[in-house]
Amino acid sequence: MTLAATITCTLGSLDLSVELTAQPGEVVALLGPNGAGKTTVFRCLAGLLPIDAGRIELNGVLLDDPEAGVFVPPERRPVAVVFQDYLLFPNLTALENVAFGLRARGTNKTEARARAARWLDVVGLADHAQHRPQALSGGQAQRVALARALATEPRLLLLDEPLAALDAGTRGEVRRDLRRHLATFDGARLLVTHDPVDAFALADRVVIIEGGRVVQAGALADVTARPRSRYVADLVGVNLLTGTGHDGAITTAGGGTIVPAEPIEGPVLAMIQPHAVALYRSLPDGSPRNVWPSTVVDLDHEGERVRVRLAGPVPLVAEITAAALAALALRPGDPVWATVKATEIATYPA
Amino acid sequence: MIVSAPARRIRSERLPLVALVLAAVATAFFALPFIGLLWKAPWGDAWSILTSESALTALRLSLWCSLWATVFSVLFGVPLAWVLARLTFPGRGAVRALCTLSMVLPPVVAGVALFYALGRNGLVGQYLDEWFGITLPFTTAGVIVAQTFVAMPFLVLTVEAAFRQADTRFEDAARTLGASPWYVFRRITLPAIRPGLAAGAVLSWARALGEFGATITFAGNFPGRTQTMPLAIYLANETNPDEAIVLSLVLIAVSFGVLVALRDRYLGGTAPRAA
Repeated sequence: MTLAATITCTLGSLDLSVELTAQPGEVVALLGPNGAGKTTVFRCLAGLLPIDAGRIELNGVLLDDPEAGVFVPPERRPVAVVFQDYLLFPNLTALENVAFGLRARGTNKTEARARAARWLDVVGLADHAQHRPQALSGGQAQRVALARALATEPRLLLLDEPLAALDAGTRGEVRRDLRRHLATFDGARLLVTHDPVDAFALADRVVIIEGGRVVQAGALADVTARPRSRYVADLVGVNLLTGTGHDGAITTAGGGTIVPAEPIEGPVLAMIQPHAVALYRSLPDGSPRNVWPSTVVDLDHEGERVRVRLAGPVPLVAEITAAALAALALRPGDPVWATVKATEIATYPA
Repeated sequence: MIVSAPARRIRSERLPLVALVLAAVATAFFALPFIGLLWKAPWGDAWSILTSESALTALRLSLWCSLWATVFSVLFGVPLAWVLARLTFPGRGAVRALCTLSMVLPPVVAGVALFYALGRNGLVGQYLDEWFGITLPFTTAGVIVAQTFVAMPFLVLTVEAAFRQADTRFEDAARTLGASPWYVFRRITLPAIRPGLAAGAVLSWARALGEFGATITFAGNFPGRTQTMPLAIYLANETNPDEAIVLSLVLIAVSFGVLVALRDRYLGGTAPRAA
């Protein structure tokens, strides 16, 4: 176990209480909406913010434990951070930025510069060594920030929204670069992001944080196959309904009834893919067990597909083709029947 | 709306004219005294007056004392500004008011107060005299103390503003890279506040250079020891007006140069970042 952290921390309106672990060589993504406490977790791990309760341990070394009276200041933690906006020192060149950590730790100037130059070479920026941060593009600045962090040979690397400051055009390329560079680092890596694409591309495991709590954690495939919160369901783009299972049916919070193929007793979550929802102008007559009267709220065109948001006892998003929409001639406010086959409803305990 | 629009236009046309006239009067008000000095200046004797022993002595003493006052202002003022900008503690507002009081205080009051604090029989002065044999009133050191007392607030306020503007996230970044708080201050914070520090130092130096009231009250008016330029000018105005005019022009030239240079620094403070 490289990192084992139990963090309790109150900061303004945020009441943070999370548990985190990371294995050597593992990339863990902290995913959550703005204000969920992701950055605060990082500040605690880096030592920029002391925790109120709990403990942080890295490679068997205690870094923060208020109960034991232990607090290792940030400059003595083997933890490096790639900050959002990168925070390259504007008064130093790219080379001096990368050498900063080594110089701060007492490495002599010649040695620090030589090592910094090698790191710049690793990230492919050898010819930008003498440039100031202002002269670097967003992607280049990110690589300098990464080199600066890795040059101190940390055991834990924290990346705070490493791609958020980039425009859409360069993101893909920088993401691929970052993935390649992260792979060369053997310590634990933690990544904060609000973008699931980054998490999917870079991380082995995700930890979903909402309102200062871990709401779900695990391998990406597991988390996306079984979303446990509205936030994750929205990220993945599926319908998630909460309800109570009883006698082979689920009663939702809105008073609707869902009949799944595999019923569960008690509190239950039901997941429905938007493309599994079929829409009819008049009450259909057929095998689907689930037929709900609904009202069209709005339509969202995405190329050849249209996402139709529905209100009713079972609120859903349906995904249909543009041709189907034309045939149905749906407009916001129109009544419509929504149907889902029982076998298309995944159920798991809430 | 239709009625009020033309009315407003007339008023907005009249206002700038009034403002222009008033601004012109104000500018003339500031310019006239200097023009008067230039008009009265004994240009033929200017060089000999400037290089006379008494003038040079006052000039040397002024430079010496004001530069030391600036050094002390920076030495103590920067940490004070840092405390005021970065630490939250009860009574911070009162501390700031206390430390900048001498900016608005009549300097002669500052001189009297210094006398009762640091004078030979003063609150602290008696022990300075008794234990260390240090006497401040009527000495060159006393001039430096008086000048520092009135000049340091200019540095404190300017540098405090610079500390507040500096982005503390860069300091966080430096800490995570292994920099001790002192190393962060030297390599990250100090470069970030450098324009403010330079401006504050120049302002406090200019204030020290022009200091009169506190100096004459606390340190007296002894040529070669405590008689700085402003004191020499005051004295010369009674006995040798030509010398007073020439020395005044020197101080005006220096002050004007400082203000122009400050403006350049403020403008230049943003430009090099792009380079």
